[in-house]
Amino acid sequence: MAKMNYKKRWADLEKRIVVSPEGEEFEVDPMQDYFCDAKPRVHPPNKIAPLEKFANWCRAESIYILGFGTGCGAIEMRPLSSAMYDAYRFGVNWRATPRQATVFVIGGYASVKTMKRIVRSYEQMQGPKFVLGLCSCTINGGMYWDSYNTVNRLDHYIPVDVYITGCMPRPEALLDAIDQLKKRIKSGRAEGQNKYAENFEWYKANQKKIIKNWDMPDYSW
Amino acid sequence: MEQIIENIKKQFTLSDVTTAHGTYITCEKKDTVSLLTYLKDVEGFKHLVLITAVDWIEDNKFQLTYLLNSPKLKTELGVRTFIERSVWPEESEMQSAHHLWPAAKTYQRELHEMFGIDFPGSPEINDPLILEWWDDIPPYRRDFDTKKYSEETYYPREGRSTNDPSDYMKDQLYPREGEKNA
Repeated sequence: MAKMNYKKRWADLEKRIVVSPEGEEFEVDPMQDYFCDAKPRVHPPNKIAPLEKFANWCRAESIYILGFGTGCGAIEMRPLSSAMYDAYRFGVNWRATPRQATVFVIGGYASVKTMKRIVRSYEQMQGPKFVLGLCSCTINGGMYWDSYNTVNRLDHYIPVDVYITGCMPRPEALLDAIDQLKKRIKSGRAEGQNKYAENFEWYKANQKKIIKNWDMPDYSW
Repeated sequence: MEQIIENIKKQFTLSDVTTAHGTYITCEKKDTVSLLTYLKDVEGFKHLVLITAVDWIEDNKFQLTYLLNSPKLKTELGVRTFIERSVWPEESEMQSAHHLWPAAKTYQRELHEMFGIDFPGSPEINDPLILEWWDDIPPYRRDFDTKKYSEETYYPREGRSTNDPSDYMKDQLYPREGEKNA
Protein backbone atom coordinates (compact mmCIF):
# COMPACT_ATOMS: atom_id res chain seq x y z
CA MET A 1 0.00 0.00 0.00
CA ALA A 2 1.56 3.31 -1.04
CA LYS A 3 1.26 5.71 1.85
CA MET A 4 1.86 9.41 2.33
CA ASN A 5 4.89 10.40 4.34
CA TYR A 6 4.01 13.08 6.86
CA LYS A 7 7.56 13.12 8.16
CA LYS A 8 8.70 14.69 4.92
CA ARG A 9 6.79 17.83 5.79
CA TRP A 10 9.09 18.68 8.74
CA ALA A 11 12.23 17.55 6.96
CA ASP A 12 11.48 19.82 4.01
CA LEU A 13 11.86 22.93 6.16
CA GLU A 14 15.33 24.40 5.78
CA LYS A 15 17.54 25.69 8.54
CA ARG A 16 17.64 29.46 8.84
CA ILE A 17 20.21 31.96 10.10
CA VAL A 18 19.12 34.22 12.97
CA VAL A 19 21.03 37.31 14.14
CA SER A 20 20.97 37.91 17.89
CA PRO A 21 20.80 41.46 19.42
CA GLU A 22 24.56 41.22 20.06
CA GLY A 23 25.18 40.71 16.36
CA GLU A 24 25.96 37.02 16.73
CA GLU A 25 24.75 34.74 13.97
CA PHE A 26 23.48 31.24 14.70
CA GLU A 27 21.60 28.51 12.91
CA VAL A 28 18.05 27.55 13.98
CA ASP A 29 16.62 24.14 13.28
CA PRO A 30 12.96 24.66 12.22
CA MET A 31 11.97 21.69 14.39
CA GLN A 32 12.94 23.81 17.40
CA ASP A 33 10.34 26.43 16.47
CA TYR A 34 7.56 23.99 17.10
CA PHE A 35 8.97 21.48 19.57
CA CYS A 36 11.32 21.40 22.50
CA ASP A 37 12.61 17.88 22.72
CA ALA A 38 14.30 18.03 26.14
CA LYS A 39 13.38 15.05 28.29
CA PRO A 40 11.05 15.56 31.26
CA ARG A 41 12.67 15.72 34.68
CA VAL A 42 11.52 14.72 38.13
CA HIS A 43 10.29 17.58 40.30
CA PRO A 44 10.89 16.62 43.96
CA PRO A 45 8.48 18.04 46.55
CA ASN A 46 9.39 21.17 48.45
CA LYS A 47 11.69 20.44 51.39
CA ILE A 48 9.73 22.77 53.65
CA ALA A 49 6.73 20.63 54.46
CA PRO A 50 4.14 23.34 55.24
CA LEU A 51 4.93 25.09 51.95
CA GLU A 52 4.46 21.84 50.01
CA LYS A 53 1.20 21.24 51.83
CA PHE A 54 0.01 24.73 50.95
CA ALA A 55 1.03 24.24 47.31
CA ASN A 56 -0.84 20.94 47.18
CA TRP A 57 -3.92 22.60 48.64
CA CYS A 58 -3.74 25.24 45.92
CA ARG A 59 -3.36 22.59 43.20
CA ALA A 60 -6.31 20.61 44.54
CA GLU A 61 -8.65 23.59 44.71
CA SER A 62 -8.00 24.85 41.18
CA ILE A 63 -8.75 21.97 38.82
CA TYR A 64 -8.58 22.97 35.20
CA ILE A 65 -9.89 20.22 32.94
CA LEU A 66 -8.68 19.98 29.36
CA GLY A 67 -11.69 20.11 27.04
CA PHE A 68 -10.61 17.20 24.87
CA GLY A 69 -13.23 14.49 24.64
CA THR A 70 -11.33 11.44 23.52
CA GLY A 71 -14.19 8.95 23.50
CA CYS A 72 -17.87 8.43 24.25
CA GLY A 73 -17.32 9.16 27.98
CA ALA A 74 -16.76 12.82 27.15
CA ILE A 75 -20.53 13.21 26.94
CA GLU A 76 -20.64 12.83 30.75
CA MET A 77 -18.44 15.89 31.20
CA ARG A 78 -20.97 18.29 29.68
CA PRO A 79 -23.68 17.94 32.33
CA LEU A 80 -21.09 18.75 35.00
CA SER A 81 -20.92 22.34 33.83
CA SER A 82 -24.71 22.67 33.75
CA ALA A 83 -26.79 24.05 36.62
CA MET A 84 -27.88 20.57 37.75
CA TYR A 85 -24.42 19.31 38.77
CA ASP A 86 -22.56 22.63 38.78
CA ALA A 87 -18.96 21.45 39.06
CA TYR A 88 -17.75 25.04 39.28
CA ARG A 89 -18.62 25.05 43.01
CA PHE A 90 -15.80 22.48 43.51
CA GLY A 91 -13.28 24.71 41.76
CA VAL A 92 -13.47 22.80 38.48
CA ASN A 93 -13.08 24.74 35.25
CA TRP A 94 -12.74 23.77 31.63
CA ARG A 95 -9.94 25.05 29.45
CA ALA A 96 -9.55 24.97 25.71
CA THR A 97 -5.84 24.20 25.28
CA PRO A 98 -3.43 21.74 26.93
CA ARG A 99 -1.13 24.49 28.13
CA GLN A 100 -3.84 26.00 30.32
CA ALA A 101 -5.08 22.73 31.81
CA THR A 102 -3.97 20.60 34.77
CA VAL A 103 -6.36 17.62 34.62
CA PHE A 104 -6.80 15.39 31.59
CA VAL A 105 -10.02 13.34 31.58
CA ILE A 106 -9.63 10.43 29.17
CA GLY A 107 -13.25 9.87 28.16
CA GLY A 108 -13.47 6.18 27.43
CA TYR A 109 -11.83 4.10 24.72
CA ALA A 110 -8.61 5.37 23.20
CA SER A 111 -8.00 4.29 19.64
CA VAL A 112 -4.46 4.31 18.32
CA LYS A 113 -5.12 7.42 16.25
CA THR A 114 -6.44 9.23 19.33
CA MET A 115 -3.62 7.86 21.46
CA LYS A 116 -1.13 9.85 19.41
CA ARG A 117 -3.09 13.05 20.13
CA ILE A 118 -3.47 12.09 23.79
CA VAL A 119 0.29 11.70 24.19
CA ARG A 120 0.93 15.04 22.49
CA SER A 121 -1.68 16.80 24.61
CA TYR A 122 -0.50 15.21 27.85
CA GLU A 123 3.09 16.21 27.21
CA GLN A 124 2.11 19.77 26.35
CA MET A 125 0.22 20.21 29.62
CA GLN A 126 2.16 22.14 32.23
CA GLY A 127 2.98 20.39 35.45
CA PRO A 128 1.72 19.47 37.95
CA LYS A 129 -0.71 17.48 35.83
CA PHE A 130 -3.14 14.70 36.65
CA VAL A 131 -5.09 12.14 34.63
CA LEU A 132 -8.57 10.73 35.29
CA GLY A 133 -9.42 7.49 33.47
CA LEU A 134 -13.16 7.58 32.80
CA CYS A 135 -15.13 4.39 31.95
CA SER A 136 -14.12 0.71 31.86
CA CYS A 137 -12.33 1.07 28.55
CA THR A 138 -9.41 2.90 30.15
CA ILE A 139 -9.00 0.14 32.75
CA ASN A 140 -9.07 -3.07 30.71
CA GLY A 141 -10.47 -2.18 27.31
CA GLY A 142 -14.10 -2.52 28.35
CA MET A 143 -16.29 -3.78 25.54
CA TYR A 144 -13.49 -3.08 23.05
CA TRP A 145 -11.06 -5.48 24.80
CA ASP A 146 -10.45 -7.54 21.64
CA SER A 147 -10.56 -4.66 19.15
CA TYR A 148 -7.77 -4.24 16.61
CA ASN A 149 -7.46 -0.50 17.16
CA THR A 150 -8.23 0.24 20.82
CA VAL A 151 -5.70 0.17 23.66
CA ASN A 152 -6.54 -2.06 26.59
CA ARG A 153 -4.65 -0.48 29.47
CA LEU A 154 -4.25 3.27 29.48
CA ASP A 155 -1.65 3.19 32.28
CA HIS A 156 0.85 1.59 29.92
CA TYR A 157 0.94 4.80 27.86
CA ILE A 158 0.38 7.67 30.29
CA PRO A 159 0.24 7.59 34.12
CA VAL A 160 -3.30 7.56 35.54
CA ASP A 161 -4.20 8.89 38.99
CA VAL A 162 -7.85 7.91 39.45
CA TYR A 163 -9.98 5.40 37.55
CA ILE A 164 -13.77 5.61 37.30
CA THR A 165 -15.56 2.35 36.59
CA GLY A 166 -18.80 2.00 34.69
CA CYS A 167 -20.07 1.98 31.15
CA MET A 168 -21.18 4.74 31.22
CA PRO A 169 -20.51 6.20 34.68
CA ARG A 170 -22.96 8.85 35.83
CA PRO A 171 -21.83 12.46 36.16
CA GLU A 172 -21.98 11.97 39.94
CA ALA A 173 -19.26 9.33 39.60
CA LEU A 174 -17.08 11.86 37.82
CA LEU A 175 -17.71 14.37 40.61
CA ASP A 176 -16.73 11.72 43.15
CA ALA A 177 -13.56 10.98 41.20
CA ILE A 178 -12.66 14.67 41.24
CA ASP A 179 -13.17 14.55 45.01
CA GLN A 180 -10.86 11.52 45.29
CA LEU A 181 -8.30 13.25 43.10
CA LYS A 182 -8.37 16.27 45.42
CA LYS A 183 -7.71 14.02 48.40
CA ARG A 184 -4.80 12.39 46.58
CA ILE A 185 -3.29 15.73 45.62
CA LYS A 186 -3.65 17.11 49.14
CA SER A 187 -1.92 14.06 50.63
CA GLY A 188 0.90 14.40 48.08
CA ARG A 189 0.30 11.04 46.38
CA ALA A 190 -0.69 12.32 42.92
CA GLU A 191 2.79 12.01 41.43
CA GLY A 192 1.87 10.95 37.89
CA GLN A 193 4.09 13.54 36.28
CA ASN A 194 7.16 12.34 38.20
CA LYS A 195 6.25 8.73 37.46
CA TYR A 196 6.20 9.60 33.78
CA ALA A 197 9.61 11.23 34.00
CA GLU A 198 11.13 8.32 35.99
CA ASN A 199 9.80 5.60 33.64
CA PHE A 200 10.13 7.72 30.52
CA GLU A 201 11.86 5.02 28.43
CA TRP A 202 9.24 2.41 29.29
CA TYR A 203 6.33 4.69 28.42
CA LYS A 204 7.98 5.74 25.15
CA ALA A 205 8.65 2.13 24.15
CA ASN A 206 4.98 1.26 24.73
CA GLN A 207 3.77 4.30 22.82
CA LYS A 208 6.07 3.66 19.88
CA LYS A 209 4.95 0.05 19.71
CA ILE A 210 1.42 1.07 18.69
CA ILE A 211 1.93 4.49 17.06
CA LYS A 212 3.61 3.48 13.84
CA ASN A 213 3.85 6.90 12.17
CA TRP A 214 5.94 8.48 14.90
CA ASP A 215 6.67 11.84 13.27
CA MET A 216 7.14 13.94 16.41
CA PRO A 217 9.95 14.43 18.92
CA ASP A 218 10.17 12.06 21.87
CA TYR A 219 8.97 14.74 24.27
CA SER A 220 7.40 18.07 23.39
CA TRP A 221 6.20 20.79 25.71
CA MET B 1 -40.33 -0.41 -8.31
CA GLU B 2 -41.29 -3.38 -10.49
CA GLN B 3 -41.44 -1.05 -13.49
CA ILE B 4 -37.92 0.20 -12.73
CA ILE B 5 -36.55 -3.35 -12.54
CA GLU B 6 -38.27 -4.14 -15.86
CA ASN B 7 -36.56 -1.10 -17.38
CA ILE B 8 -33.17 -2.18 -16.01
CA LYS B 9 -33.58 -5.71 -17.34
CA LYS B 10 -33.99 -4.34 -20.86
CA GLN B 11 -30.43 -2.98 -20.79
CA PHE B 12 -28.48 -4.96 -18.18
CA THR B 13 -28.24 -8.61 -17.21
CA LEU B 14 -29.27 -9.08 -13.59
CA SER B 15 -28.28 -12.36 -11.99
CA ASP B 16 -30.49 -11.94 -8.93
CA VAL B 17 -33.38 -9.75 -7.68
CA THR B 18 -34.53 -10.01 -4.06
CA THR B 19 -37.37 -8.09 -2.45
CA ALA B 20 -37.39 -9.77 0.97
CA HIS B 21 -35.95 -6.90 3.06
CA GLY B 22 -35.85 -4.01 0.63
CA THR B 23 -35.06 -4.37 -3.05
CA TYR B 24 -31.60 -5.61 -4.00
CA ILE B 25 -30.41 -6.34 -7.50
CA THR B 26 -27.20 -8.16 -8.38
CA CYS B 27 -25.29 -7.27 -11.51
CA GLU B 28 -21.97 -8.09 -13.10
CA LYS B 29 -18.80 -6.28 -12.11
CA LYS B 30 -18.21 -4.63 -15.50
CA ASP B 31 -21.80 -3.33 -15.66
CA THR B 32 -21.89 -1.82 -12.17
CA VAL B 33 -20.80 1.75 -12.82
CA SER B 34 -22.90 2.09 -15.99
CA LEU B 35 -25.90 0.71 -14.08
CA LEU B 36 -25.31 3.23 -11.29
CA THR B 37 -25.08 6.02 -13.90
CA TYR B 38 -28.34 4.87 -15.47
CA LEU B 39 -30.11 4.73 -12.09
CA LYS B 40 -28.84 8.17 -11.14
CA ASP B 41 -29.52 10.00 -14.42
CA VAL B 42 -32.64 8.28 -15.72
CA GLU B 43 -34.48 6.66 -12.80
CA GLY B 44 -33.83 9.44 -10.29
CA PHE B 45 -31.82 7.58 -7.62
CA LYS B 46 -29.86 10.73 -6.90
CA HIS B 47 -28.64 9.97 -3.37
CA LEU B 48 -25.89 7.51 -2.49
CA VAL B 49 -26.61 6.25 1.03
CA LEU B 50 -23.55 4.05 1.45
CA ILE B 51 -21.09 1.64 -0.11
CA THR B 52 -20.25 -1.42 1.91
CA ALA B 53 -18.54 -4.76 1.43
CA VAL B 54 -19.03 -8.31 2.69
CA ASP B 55 -16.17 -10.80 2.81
CA TRP B 56 -17.33 -14.20 1.50
CA ILE B 57 -14.10 -15.98 2.30
CA GLU B 58 -15.54 -19.44 1.47
CA ASP B 59 -16.46 -18.40 -2.08
CA ASN B 60 -13.28 -16.32 -2.43
CA LYS B 61 -15.33 -13.23 -3.23
CA PHE B 62 -16.10 -9.74 -1.97
CA GLN B 63 -19.68 -8.55 -2.26
CA LEU B 64 -20.03 -4.80 -2.78
CA THR B 65 -23.36 -3.12 -2.07
CA TYR B 66 -24.24 0.36 -3.31
CA LEU B 67 -27.36 1.57 -1.49
CA LEU B 68 -29.19 4.26 -3.46
CA ASN B 69 -32.11 6.46 -2.47
CA SER B 70 -34.64 8.25 -4.64
CA PRO B 71 -36.03 11.39 -2.98
CA LYS B 72 -38.77 11.60 -5.60
CA LEU B 73 -40.08 8.03 -5.23
CA LYS B 74 -39.14 7.90 -1.52
CA THR B 75 -37.63 4.46 -1.95
CA GLU B 76 -34.29 2.72 -1.70
CA LEU B 77 -32.55 0.31 -4.03
CA GLY B 78 -29.46 -1.76 -3.37
CA VAL B 79 -27.06 -2.67 -6.18
CA ARG B 80 -24.90 -5.69 -5.41
CA THR B 81 -21.90 -6.96 -7.26
CA PHE B 82 -19.32 -9.67 -6.64
CA ILE B 83 -15.63 -9.10 -7.21
CA GLU B 84 -12.62 -11.39 -6.96
CA ARG B 85 -11.15 -11.67 -3.45
CA SER B 86 -7.39 -11.38 -3.62
CA VAL B 87 -4.95 -12.83 -1.11
CA TRP B 88 -3.23 -10.12 0.94
CA PRO B 89 -0.87 -8.29 0.17
CA GLU B 90 -2.45 -8.21 -3.28
CA GLU B 91 -5.46 -5.92 -3.47
CA SER B 92 -8.79 -6.53 -5.16
CA GLU B 93 -9.82 -3.98 -7.76
CA MET B 94 -13.09 -2.24 -8.52
CA GLN B 95 -14.07 0.71 -10.69
CA SER B 96 -14.45 3.98 -8.84
CA ALA B 97 -17.81 5.79 -8.62
CA HIS B 98 -16.51 9.11 -7.27
CA HIS B 99 -17.41 10.93 -10.49
CA LEU B 100 -21.10 10.21 -9.82
CA TRP B 101 -21.18 11.13 -6.13
CA PRO B 102 -18.23 12.97 -4.50
CA ALA B 103 -19.18 11.27 -1.21
CA ALA B 104 -18.21 7.91 -2.71
CA LYS B 105 -14.58 8.95 -2.18
CA THR B 106 -14.83 8.51 1.59
CA TYR B 107 -16.52 5.12 1.38
CA GLN B 108 -13.92 3.93 -1.09
CA ARG B 109 -11.09 5.10 1.16
CA GLU B 110 -12.67 3.16 4.00
CA LEU B 111 -13.06 0.01 1.89
CA HIS B 112 -9.47 0.35 0.74
CA GLU B 113 -8.25 0.57 4.33
CA MET B 114 -10.52 -2.00 5.97
CA PHE B 115 -10.87 -4.61 3.20
CA GLY B 116 -7.93 -3.93 0.88
CA ILE B 117 -10.13 -3.17 -2.13
CA ASP B 118 -8.44 -0.70 -4.47
CA PHE B 119 -10.38 1.87 -6.50
CA PRO B 120 -7.90 3.19 -9.09
CA GLY B 121 -8.41 6.89 -9.83
CA SER B 122 -10.36 7.67 -6.67
CA PRO B 123 -8.95 10.79 -4.99
CA GLU B 124 -6.85 10.39 -1.81
CA ILE B 125 -7.35 6.64 -1.97
CA ASN B 126 -3.92 5.90 -0.49
CA ASP B 127 -4.15 8.32 2.46
CA PRO B 128 -4.81 6.87 5.90
CA LEU B 129 -8.39 7.46 7.07
CA ILE B 130 -8.89 5.76 10.46
CA LEU B 131 -5.89 3.45 10.79
CA GLU B 132 -2.55 5.19 10.49
CA TRP B 133 0.30 3.15 9.07
CA TRP B 134 -1.50 -0.18 9.30
CA ASP B 135 0.95 -2.92 8.28
CA ASP B 136 -1.08 -6.10 8.82
CA ILE B 137 -3.96 -7.78 6.97
CA PRO B 138 -6.81 -5.23 6.57
CA PRO B 139 -8.80 -5.71 9.78
CA TYR B 140 -12.27 -6.32 8.28
CA ARG B 141 -11.06 -9.30 6.24
CA ARG B 142 -12.23 -12.46 7.89
CA ASP B 143 -8.79 -14.10 7.94
CA PHE B 144 -7.60 -11.34 10.31
CA ASP B 145 -7.73 -12.56 13.94
CA THR B 146 -8.63 -9.43 15.88
CA LYS B 147 -8.49 -11.08 19.33
CA LYS B 148 -5.02 -12.49 18.73
CA TYR B 149 -3.78 -9.15 17.39
CA SER B 150 -5.20 -7.31 20.40
CA GLU B 151 -3.62 -9.73 22.87
CA GLU B 152 -0.23 -9.41 21.20
CA THR B 153 -0.31 -5.63 20.92
CA TYR B 154 -2.33 -3.99 23.68
CA TYR B 155 -1.28 -5.58 27.02
CA PRO B 156 -4.54 -7.23 28.16
CA ARG B 157 -5.27 -6.85 31.87
CA GLU B 158 -5.54 -10.13 33.72
CA GLY B 159 -8.71 -11.13 35.53
CA ARG B 160 -11.27 -10.93 32.73
CA SER B 161 -13.66 -13.89 32.76
CA THR B 162 -16.07 -14.86 30.02
CA ASN B 163 -19.30 -16.86 30.01
CA ASP B 164 -21.05 -18.69 27.24
CA PRO B 165 -23.95 -16.27 26.54
CA SER B 166 -26.65 -18.91 26.10
CA ASP B 167 -25.74 -20.88 29.23
CA TYR B 168 -25.29 -17.75 31.27
CA MET B 169 -28.67 -16.28 30.32
CA LYS B 170 -30.37 -19.64 30.91
CA ASP B 171 -28.99 -19.74 34.44
CA GLN B 172 -29.98 -16.14 35.01
CA LEU B 173 -33.53 -16.46 33.68
CA TYR B 174 -34.37 -20.04 34.71
CA PRO B 175 -32.22 -20.89 37.72
CA ARG B 176 -34.36 -23.89 38.80
CA GLU B 177 -33.99 -25.70 35.48
CA GLY B 178 -30.25 -25.25 35.75
CA GLU B 179 -30.32 -27.03 39.12
CA LYS B 180 -32.30 -29.94 37.66
CA ASN B 181 -29.87 -30.42 34.81
CA ALA B 182 -26.92 -30.33 37.20
